[in-house]
Amino acid sequence: MIEMRLISKRCGVINPLSIDDYIKADGYKALQKALKTDTIKLIEEIHKSKLRGRGGAGFPVVTKVVALAKEINDVKYVICNADEGEPGNFKDRYLMENDPHQVIEGMLIVAYQTRATKGYIYIRGEYHHSHNTMQWALDEARKHNYLGENILNSGFDFDIEIRSGAGSYVCGEEFALIESIEGKPGRTRVKPPFPTTQGLFNKPTLINNVETFSNIPLIITIGGDQFAKIGTKSSTGTKLICLSGNIKNKGVFEVPFGVSIRDVIEKIGSGVENDRKLKMVQLGGACGPIIPDYMLDMLIDYDRFEEFESKTGAGAIIVIDDRFDIFDILTRVIRFFEHESCGKCTPCREGNQQLLKILERFQEHSATVKDLVSLESLARVMHQTSLCGLGQTAPTAIISTLRYFRDDYIDRLDSLEI
Amino acid sequence: MVNLKINNIDVTVADDTTILNAAKEFNIKIPTLCYYPDLGIKSDCRICVVEIEGQKGLVTSCSTVCREGLVVKTSSPRVLNARKTITELILANHDANCTACPRNLNCELQSLANKLGIDVNRFESVYYPQPIDTSNPALVRNPNRCIKCGRCIDVCKTIQGVNVLEMMGRSHNMTISPAYGKPLNDLYCTFCGQCASVCPVGAITEKDDTDLVWKALHQPDMHVIVQVAPAIRVSLGEEIGLPAGNIVTGKIVSALKLLGFNEVFDTDFTADLTIMEEGTELIHRITNGGVLPMMTSCCPGWINFAEQHFPEILPNISSCKSPQQMFGALAKTYYAEKKGIDPKNLYVVSIMPCTAKKYEAKREEMQSNPNLYDVDSVLTTRELGKMIRQMGIDFASIEPTEFDNPFGITTGAAAIFGATGGVMEAALRTVYEVVNKKPLENLDFVGLRGLEGIKEATVSLGGQDVKVAVCHTLSNARILAEQVKNGTSPYAFIEVMCCPGGCIGGGGQPYGTITKTRSERIQAIYEVDKDMPIRKSHENPVIQALYKEYLEKPLGTKSHHLLHTKYKERKHK
Repeated sequence: MIEMRLISKRCGVINPLSIDDYIKADGYKALQKALKTDTIKLIEEIHKSKLRGRGGAGFPVVTKVVALAKEINDVKYVICNADEGEPGNFKDRYLMENDPHQVIEGMLIVAYQTRATKGYIYIRGEYHHSHNTMQWALDEARKHNYLGENILNSGFDFDIEIRSGAGSYVCGEEFALIESIEGKPGRTRVKPPFPTTQGLFNKPTLINNVETFSNIPLIITIGGDQFAKIGTKSSTGTKLICLSGNIKNKGVFEVPFGVSIRDVIEKIGSGVENDRKLKMVQLGGACGPIIPDYMLDMLIDYDRFEEFESKTGAGAIIVIDDRFDIFDILTRVIRFFEHESCGKCTPCREGNQQLLKILERFQEHSATVKDLVSLESLARVMHQTSLCGLGQTAPTAIISTLRYFRDDYIDRLDSLEI
Repeated sequence: MVNLKINNIDVTVADDTTILNAAKEFNIKIPTLCYYPDLGIKSDCRICVVEIEGQKGLVTSCSTVCREGLVVKTSSPRVLNARKTITELILANHDANCTACPRNLNCELQSLANKLGIDVNRFESVYYPQPIDTSNPALVRNPNRCIKCGRCIDVCKTIQGVNVLEMMGRSHNMTISPAYGKPLNDLYCTFCGQCASVCPVGAITEKDDTDLVWKALHQPDMHVIVQVAPAIRVSLGEEIGLPAGNIVTGKIVSALKLLGFNEVFDTDFTADLTIMEEGTELIHRITNGGVLPMMTSCCPGWINFAEQHFPEILPNISSCKSPQQMFGALAKTYYAEKKGIDPKNLYVVSIMPCTAKKYEAKREEMQSNPNLYDVDSVLTTRELGKMIRQMGIDFASIEPTEFDNPFGITTGAAAIFGATGGVMEAALRTVYEVVNKKPLENLDFVGLRGLEGIKEATVSLGGQDVKVAVCHTLSNARILAEQVKNGTSPYAFIEVMCCPGGCIGGGGQPYGTITKTRSERIQAIYEVDKDMPIRKSHENPVIQALYKEYLEKPLGTKSHHLLHTKYKERKHK
């Protein structure tokens, strides 16, 4: 069995609405341990664990923790990014709806390490059930003095509130999320300054993904060294994979880093639905690369994924069988970004609609060589010059298919004349 | 200090220098669009991208600070291609009918496209026309030309604190628009025109009135006169290609004569008159326990702001009309009578550094004769520049001439109205001598000069120390107005100018006005003052004669009727 259930071990086992169930299953023990431990020692454990952010970018968690801990300010925020808007991803929802206290415990430990004063969970607008579950869990935690003033008589005060957006994809980007909590339209800000120096309401702020926070209690329980032994050298621990598309066994599965995509598809997913032929797989979500069958032996690992010029750690594996036309998939992906771009920076605002126009010509078999050249150039410019992750990764599917499915493009050209 | 390499050249720059500024120090001007020196870094347009060795993406040089050991390339093929692509994207969603645009040949997008060598656009046009906002007499907002750089939002929000513009909608439907997509006239816009002066393209411009003026100039039986505001003489040169701060007073008179104006007058004259009226009003308020502090009323942007945001303090604002409107009122009465011209056949034009003046001229109370506006057309500095170019006047070569009489004899006190602190200084020169009944030894109130946001001074009037304050920009005006509203203002007299630097930085001044330009224009203004034979308004012999002959005395019945006005609260739905 290649599954390794560490942070999802309670999911489907305990009643998520019962704090007692969570406590009986060793819940809040890591917090109790943390509250008795020196914060420097706690940060060292995170450092040793080599934990990287699970939201997609794979940024080393300890860097943000240290940056926030160093800031001297009366108000410091910890935000849990639960705006899981990436198509094909549903792991954060799985964690919030099945083990909400683990997320809270993770936030509490990080807050304690960094002397943060207030927490927010920013939950995707459409996630009503997650919202209700998390709210219930927060209320229960508060009743049991895991939140609020003088938590477990440690002298540490911390509370968490839920905020929700109106369903805009870009609000998953850290600064757009911050703006949204502040009550403004979801548009990113220029960096620097980074959130850890000037974030929410211009106060030092640390933002991590739901899955990232869910790893913190585990690290404190088993120790950073032990955690780092799981997975690969560059990617430690486990990863929740959202398996979807034309696959027999769909769902969220936890595997250690270092297993191959093929193993996940074949051993966990039991292969393609109706035993059709696999045409392509999109990794990470709409913003991820599309790869052919012959690349599936690639290992799930942050460093390997970076070779696609894209940061692809969000954890979606979308399987697409041979009934589907690559340009139908691509136009759908780009239409999504054309709708979700915030409009602030030029390449993303204007670029997505132009990508779409060119792709539609490929779809209609009327593209020219010039279109192919323009598409490739524009996709790269958007990737290299957009202000935030949205515009930078919107063309990833195009860039990857231009590399791995180039023949499909050539086949669609109206003529080969220049 | 940091050491880095820019285009293979080793450079050393001060800490916190951006790559954009560092490159500039070494004579490389990286192209920009959303960047504007006096405003915040937005990094929206992505034109100024550069390549840093070892980094996969390109970075914007406006927002990236130089770090030790960086290797920067400002024009690698990758960088040039990116800039070209981004510019093509903008042009594909732009009303690129350049010859129909007021910014033709003076447009940052056009010149960028030219510099980058864009001859064909690889992208399909996605431009579709949207309605143009012509709701008000001052500013025209043309969303079809907007490139969404955000400068206008920034200046309206951070410099003026008025905040009527915002990014609305998203993706390619994102527009920069007044709140709820309403026309500017239905919002708390003061028509200061700072948005127009920072716009890189023709998306926000003054309402062009040059055609009206051309028509009047060529209408038989129409006597057309013109007044020139104090700030124009130090800025019009820039429209014609001269450096900032050139004093071109006499050339303006000659050019206006060539354009066909019957008589060319100086708004400085009515600035002197303003000092007489406003100074007397101040003394009157101080000695008779009137409402204090008194606040100046020359700036129409400030009046709009106060009427909309601070109705409580309207009694604090001097009832004097602005110099433009005092001129108009006198022209359509005293001057018309004297010349024996029917006011209906008299057309009054003013040349102003300001867009809000266009709105002011169209206020219904600004009619000394029934249904006849005192000032018929207001042209900005830029519009006058346009007319001079339209006629083909060789501005650099024309010989200067003097203003016509009677409204041509003026003082140094009037000249400095154009700079922040100028009205206050001019008023103090007069009030001091009138109240203290002795000559002022040093005419230069140096503490009231310069670009600091709020300046204050203490003057001894009749044995009593009186505190005065001067502010420019509406953000600073808001601070002083709040104090007045709360009853905590320590001042007796406050000068407010709505544009940064005062009128020399007005919304109708030549494009590209930055802090340096403002300083140069201000310096020139004080040179004008220094060179004037008379430097105090009450010593202006024509003003004295005007009172004797026509107005009787400051705050008298006639001047009350012609030279004073009322304000009213304006609320929007």
